[in-house]
Amino acid sequence: MTYRQARWAREGCLEPLVFELSRAGRKGISLPPKAPARAKIPEKLIRRSLELPELSEPEVVRHYTRLSQMNYGVDLVFYPIGSCTMKYNPKICDELANIEEASCIHPYQAEETVQGALELMHRLERQLAEIAGVSRVCLQPSAGAHGELLGMLLVRAYHKSKGEARTQVIIPDSAHGTNFASAAMAGFNVVIIPSNNRGRVDLEALRNAVSEKTAALMLTNPNTLGLFEDEISEIARTIHEVGGLLYYDGANMNGILGKVRPGDMGFDIVHFNLHKTFSTPHGGGGPGAGPVGVVRKLEDFLPVPVVEYDRKRKRYYLDYDRPSSIGKIRSFYGNFSVLVKAYTYILMMGENGLEEVAETAVMNANYVMRKMEDVRGFEVKFDGPCKHEVVFSAEPLKRETGVTARDVAKRLLDHGMHAPTYYFPPIVPEALMVEPTETETKEELDRFIAAMREIAEEARSNPDKLRAAPTATAIGRLDEVKASREPILSWKMYRELAKG
Amino acid sequence: MKKLGLIVNPIAGMGGRVGLKGTNGAGIVAKALELGATPVSPAKTVEVLRVLKKSGVEFELITYPAEMGESEAAGAELKARVIGNITSRKTTADDTKRAAKEMLELEADLILVAGGDGTMSDVIEAIGTRAPLLGIPTGVKLHSAVFANTPEVAGQVAARFLGEGLPLREAEVMDIDEDAYRENRLVAKLRGYALVPYEPVMMQTTKEGSVGFELADQKAIARWTIELMERGRVHILGPGTTTRAVAEELGIYDSTLLGVDLIYDFKLLARDVNERQILEAIEGKPASIIVSPIGRQGFIFGRGNQQLGPAVVRKVGKKNIMVLATPHKLSLTPTLKVDTGDPELDDELRGYIPVIVGYLQTRIVKVI
Amino acid sequence: MLHHYIPNVREIKEQMLRETGIASIDELFADIPQKIRLKRKLNLPAAMSELEVKRHVRAILSKNKPFTQMPSFLGGGIWPHHVPAHVQSLIQRAEFLTSYTPYQPEASQGILQALFEYQSLICELTGLEVANASMYDWATALGEAALMCARVTGRRKVIVPELISWERLSVLRNYASGPALKIVEVGYDSRTGQLNLDQLHRELDEDTAGVYIENPSYLGFLETQVDEIAEATHLVGAQFVVGVNPISLGLLKAPRDYGADIVVGEGQPLGNQVSFGGPALGIFACRGEEKLIRQLPGRLIGMTTTLDGKLRGFTMTLQTREQHIRRERATSNICSNEALCAVAAAIYLTSLGPRGLRELAETCAANASYAMKRLKTVRGLETPIFSSPHFNEFTLRCTKPKLTIEKFNARLLRQGVHGGKPIRSEFPKLGETALLCTTELHTREEIDRLVEAAARAVGGKA
Repeated sequence: MTYRQARWAREGCLEPLVFELSRAGRKGISLPPKAPARAKIPEKLIRRSLELPELSEPEVVRHYTRLSQMNYGVDLVFYPIGSCTMKYNPKICDELANIEEASCIHPYQAEETVQGALELMHRLERQLAEIAGVSRVCLQPSAGAHGELLGMLLVRAYHKSKGEARTQVIIPDSAHGTNFASAAMAGFNVVIIPSNNRGRVDLEALRNAVSEKTAALMLTNPNTLGLFEDEISEIARTIHEVGGLLYYDGANMNGILGKVRPGDMGFDIVHFNLHKTFSTPHGGGGPGAGPVGVVRKLEDFLPVPVVEYDRKRKRYYLDYDRPSSIGKIRSFYGNFSVLVKAYTYILMMGENGLEEVAETAVMNANYVMRKMEDVRGFEVKFDGPCKHEVVFSAEPLKRETGVTARDVAKRLLDHGMHAPTYYFPPIVPEALMVEPTETETKEELDRFIAAMREIAEEARSNPDKLRAAPTATAIGRLDEVKASREPILSWKMYRELAKG
Repeated sequence: MKKLGLIVNPIAGMGGRVGLKGTNGAGIVAKALELGATPVSPAKTVEVLRVLKKSGVEFELITYPAEMGESEAAGAELKARVIGNITSRKTTADDTKRAAKEMLELEADLILVAGGDGTMSDVIEAIGTRAPLLGIPTGVKLHSAVFANTPEVAGQVAARFLGEGLPLREAEVMDIDEDAYRENRLVAKLRGYALVPYEPVMMQTTKEGSVGFELADQKAIARWTIELMERGRVHILGPGTTTRAVAEELGIYDSTLLGVDLIYDFKLLARDVNERQILEAIEGKPASIIVSPIGRQGFIFGRGNQQLGPAVVRKVGKKNIMVLATPHKLSLTPTLKVDTGDPELDDELRGYIPVIVGYLQTRIVKVI
Repeated sequence: MLHHYIPNVREIKEQMLRETGIASIDELFADIPQKIRLKRKLNLPAAMSELEVKRHVRAILSKNKPFTQMPSFLGGGIWPHHVPAHVQSLIQRAEFLTSYTPYQPEASQGILQALFEYQSLICELTGLEVANASMYDWATALGEAALMCARVTGRRKVIVPELISWERLSVLRNYASGPALKIVEVGYDSRTGQLNLDQLHRELDEDTAGVYIENPSYLGFLETQVDEIAEATHLVGAQFVVGVNPISLGLLKAPRDYGADIVVGEGQPLGNQVSFGGPALGIFACRGEEKLIRQLPGRLIGMTTTLDGKLRGFTMTLQTREQHIRRERATSNICSNEALCAVAAAIYLTSLGPRGLRELAETCAANASYAMKRLKTVRGLETPIFSSPHFNEFTLRCTKPKLTIEKFNARLLRQGVHGGKPIRSEFPKLGETALLCTTELHTREEIDRLVEAAARAVGGKA
C-alpha cells in the first residue's frame, strides 16, 4: 500500500495556530478611507484591548492552504458515508451561486430589485414539490435537523388547530438521533418502535403504539438499513386512521428519485436534504439546507414569507399575510446560495437524470453488497436487495479476530478512502453503513472491496498492525479521552491552562 | 499493567448434564460424580483465556491453585501468578469467597468468575461491588445478568475492558432456591448486584470511565417516571437499580434495593413489604406498579419480585403497570417475560407494552 | 441516457449486473409496490448542458439588482461588507468545500484546526472562554440560548427588549414553544431607546432563566446601562445573554467585561457574502464554567494530542453533552451547522487583526455618524430618533405629513439609491421610520448622494 495523505508537520504539531504565527505589526487586509466624521461613542463603552493574531495576507493564505491539504473531501477520495450521499458536487453550481447577482443582494431589498432571487426560489419550490409529490415547499430550514424541527412544529400547529392535544411522536429504533431530539424540541414525547426481523418497521408494534395521542410517525424510506419499507401503505393507513400525520425524513431520497414519491406513499410532510440528494457541497459540516414540503392540509401553517407569483402584475412577491403561519424558524428566507446550487443541479440532471441517479446509486450499492459476499468477516443481516446504501455487520470478523468495525473504518483511511459510518444504525452490531452514490466508478467500488478484503485478511494475520491505523493519514489516532477529560476549547483556555 | 483475576468453580455445571439442578452442597457433588458427571468449567475457561491471549492486550493473570484457575491458565499457555491455598478436589464456596477477597486486596482491575448463579452469589457476598466482575457462563443456573452470553464474548469483553476501557454498570445477581427448584418450584431471589463491564450496542463506543451512561439513563428514566406519577395514588416500586433511581430522584435514600417499597404522594410509605402488606396498603386507593426487568432473561414479574403476585397485579390492573428499562438493558433482553404464577394472568400481560427508556422516551417492547 | 456526472455508463452497468448475477436494475426496485410507483416521468425539464444552464440561471438572476451596483443602506441583522478575495478563494478550496463533518479526525485536521481557530477568535472578540463551531444564524442562536438558560437554571422565563427584531422574536418563540418557556418583553425609554430598568426590575424574579439584550440594539444605538442590567440579572440568579454584531466588537467593550454569560450574534459580516440572507453564521459563546459548558449546544472542537502524546491535534469533543442536553425538555437537536462560513470568518478575522478590525469598526461607525450629521440638515427628516450613541446603524424618520416611509424609499429608489428597512410595521409607535446601515462599502460620495436623494424625496422633487 503506497497511499499517503498530504502532511505538513512542525515541532509538535502539523501546522501552528494563527495565534502562534502572529507577529506584532502585521496586517492581512487593506481598508478604504473613512468618511470625515467620528462616531461619538463614550470612552467607557470602548474596549481597551483585543488580542487577535497579526498576519500578512501571504501568511494567511499559506496557513489555510496547508490546512486544507490535510483534509479529505469528495473531490479527493471515495466517501461512502451512509445516509450522507457524498456525491460529486458540480462546479457549475458553485460558480452560479457566487456571481454578484446571487451573492450581493440583501434580503430586505425592495422586491422589484430582487425578482430574480424570488423567481429562482419559486421555481425551485415547484421542482421539489414535483419530485416529492407535495403541494408546497418551505425553503427556510438551514439543515436537516432544522427541517425536522420545522416538521414537528407544523405537526403541532396542525393538531392544535383541530383542538387536539396530541403528545406522542412515533419513531423507529433505527432512526437518526436528530429525529428523537427534534420531536422532543417541539414538546413531544417519543415512542420508539422496534424493527422486525426483515429490518423494517414492526407493523404489529406500530399498531400497538398508535392511539389518539399519536401526533405523527417519523420515517425514513428507504430506511437507515438501506431497505425500502414495502409496507408503507399499511403504515400510512395505520397512522392516518388515528388522525396522525406522516413525516418523511429525506436523508435517503437518493435511492428513490423518479421511482416513487413520498407524497404518493402517503407522507404529509416531506423533508429534503439539499446537501445530500441535491448535491450541494457539505462544507465540512455546513451550510446545507433542509426544505420541508407539505400536502395541502398543512399549507396554512408554513413559515412566512412564502414566495408567490402575482399573475396580474406579472411579478413575484413575499407573502407575509398568512394568519395561521407558525412564524419563522430562522431569519430571512433560507440558505439562498445553497438553493441556487440545488436549482442548478436539478436543471443539469433533468427528468431523466434524476431517475438515472437513483438507478445507478442503487445499482452501485447492490454491486458492493454482492461483491462483499465473499469477503469473510462481514455479513448483511437482512435478505433481499438494498437501495442506495447497504449496512454490513463486522460482528463475524470481531468474533474471529477481535477487530471491530471502528478498527476497519480507521484502516480504510490508509487506503485513500474515507471511512463509512460505523456503529449506526444501533440495531446492527458492529455496523458499517456504506453509501457509494452514483458518481463513483466501478473501478473505485472494486478498489473498496479489495481494500475490505485486505483489511479482513490483516485482521487475521496482523491485528496489532491494523489496530494502529490510521498511519497513512496526516495524523494518527488521537487521545479523545484526554480531549473530553481536560477540554481545551479555545486558545484563551489553552493560555490560561498553560499559566496555571 | 492491568491485573486480571480468575476464579474457576470446578464443579459448576456438573449437575446439569446428569439431571441435577445445581451443585450447591458437598453431598450433591458426590452424587454428580457418582452419576458420571465431568467438569464443565475448565474447558470453557480455557476458551476465554485463549481469546484474551489473541487480543494482544497486556495483563497480569492472578489466579488460585490447580482446578480453580492455575490449570486452566496452563491449558491456554498463559503465565499466571498463583495465590492462595486449596485442597484439590474438595473445593467449596469458602474457597471462592477467599479468592475474591484476596484478588480485591491485590487490586485486580477485573475478576473473571467461571461458574453459575451460586458461584456469583458467593463472590458478591465476599466483595460486593468493590471490584468489577465478569461471569463466564459454566454453571447450570445462569439467571444473573452478570454472565456474558458465551465464553468467547466473555473473552472479548474482558479484553476490551482491560484495553480500551468500557463503562461499568450494576447487574443483578440472582439465586434460585435449589431445593425448591428440584421440586419444580422456581423461587428466584435477587441476591445483590455486581459491577460488570458493559458494551453498549445501542450507542457509539465511549471511553467514559466508570458507571457512565447507564446511570445517566436511569436518572433520565427516573425524571420522566416522576412526572408521570400522581398524588393520591400508591406507587408500588419493585426491586432493582433503575427503580431505586426513581426513589433517589424523589430524595428518598433509604428505599430497598432488593425488596419492594411503597411510595405515596412522593414520599416513602413503607419499606420492604410483602404481598399481604401491599394488598392492605392499596385497599380502596388507586395504585400503580413500577417495575424493571430483572436478571438475564428480562422477567418483569416472577424473578426477584415474587411479592408482586397475581393478587397484587390483578388488583392494580395491566394499564397501571409502568415498566422501566435502560436502552442497554433492553439490548440484552429485547423481549421481556412474565411468570406471575397465574398462567391466565401471564397471558393477559403478554403482547406489546410501552417501556420507559429515557426522558420523554418510551419504547414498544414485546412481552412473551 | 448518458450523464457526465455518472461514470457507470450502460455497458459498465451491464457488466456489473453480469458479475453479480443481478438480472436487471428493475429487479432492485421490485419491492416498491406497484400501486404507489410513479408511472410517468417527473414533470421537470430535460437535462440541460452546462452552457444552457449557465445562460438560464444567469438570465433569472440578472433580474436582481445587486447592492454593489447602487448605493444601498440596508442592514438589520445582516450587513454588507467587502469580502477579501483571498477569503473567497480559500473557502472554495475543494478539500474544505467538499468535506463532511470531521468525524474521522485523523483525516480531517484541516477543518478541525480551522474551526478551533474560529472558536478561539470568537472568544477573543467576546471575552468568553468557550464558543461552539457555529449555529445557523443569530435568530436560531438566540433560540438555543434561551433553551440553554432554561436548562442551566431550571427556570422558564426569558426577558427580551421590546425593540428586538420581529424575526428574531418569532424564531425565539418557536424555539421556546417546545418546553413552553415564557417570553416577556421589556419596554424602552422613548427618548433614548435605552431599556426601561424599572420595568426590568419588576419582571425579574426567581422564575427568570435569562435576560437578553442586543448591543448595539436592533435599531443601532448602544445600550449604555449594560452594567446595571447585568447586575440585576445576576442578582436573581439568571443568565445574562447579549446579542451582537461582531464587527462592533472591534471597537466596543467585550460583553464578558460587562457581565455577559452567553453571547450570540450574526457572524455573516465576518468574511461571508450577504447572499440574500443565507447562509448566515450563528455565533454562540459562553463562560468557561463547567455547568455552562455541559449545556452548550452545537459542535465543539477541542485540542488534544495523538495517543503517544507527541503531536498536537484537534477533534470534536464533549459529545457527552448531548446526554445532558437530551435529558431536558429544553433540548437541542443541532447536527450540521455553518462550518464553512465559520472557516471564512476565521480567515477574515485573522487577516484583519486587532487594528484592522478596530479601524473597520471605526469606519462603519464614522460613516453612520457622517450620514446622520448630513441627513439632519434635510427638513422633514429626523435622525436618529433615539438620543443615544450609535454604532453603524441608525433610524431615520419622515416627519413630513402624508409621506409614508415606503413612498420615501420608492422615491429614493427611483433616483438609484436604496434606502433602509422600513420598520413602521414592526414598531408602529415609531412612525414613518426606516433603519439604515453604513459600512466600509459606503464612500463619502455615496452618502452625499443619499442625502441629496433624500432631500429631493422629501421635497417632492423625486
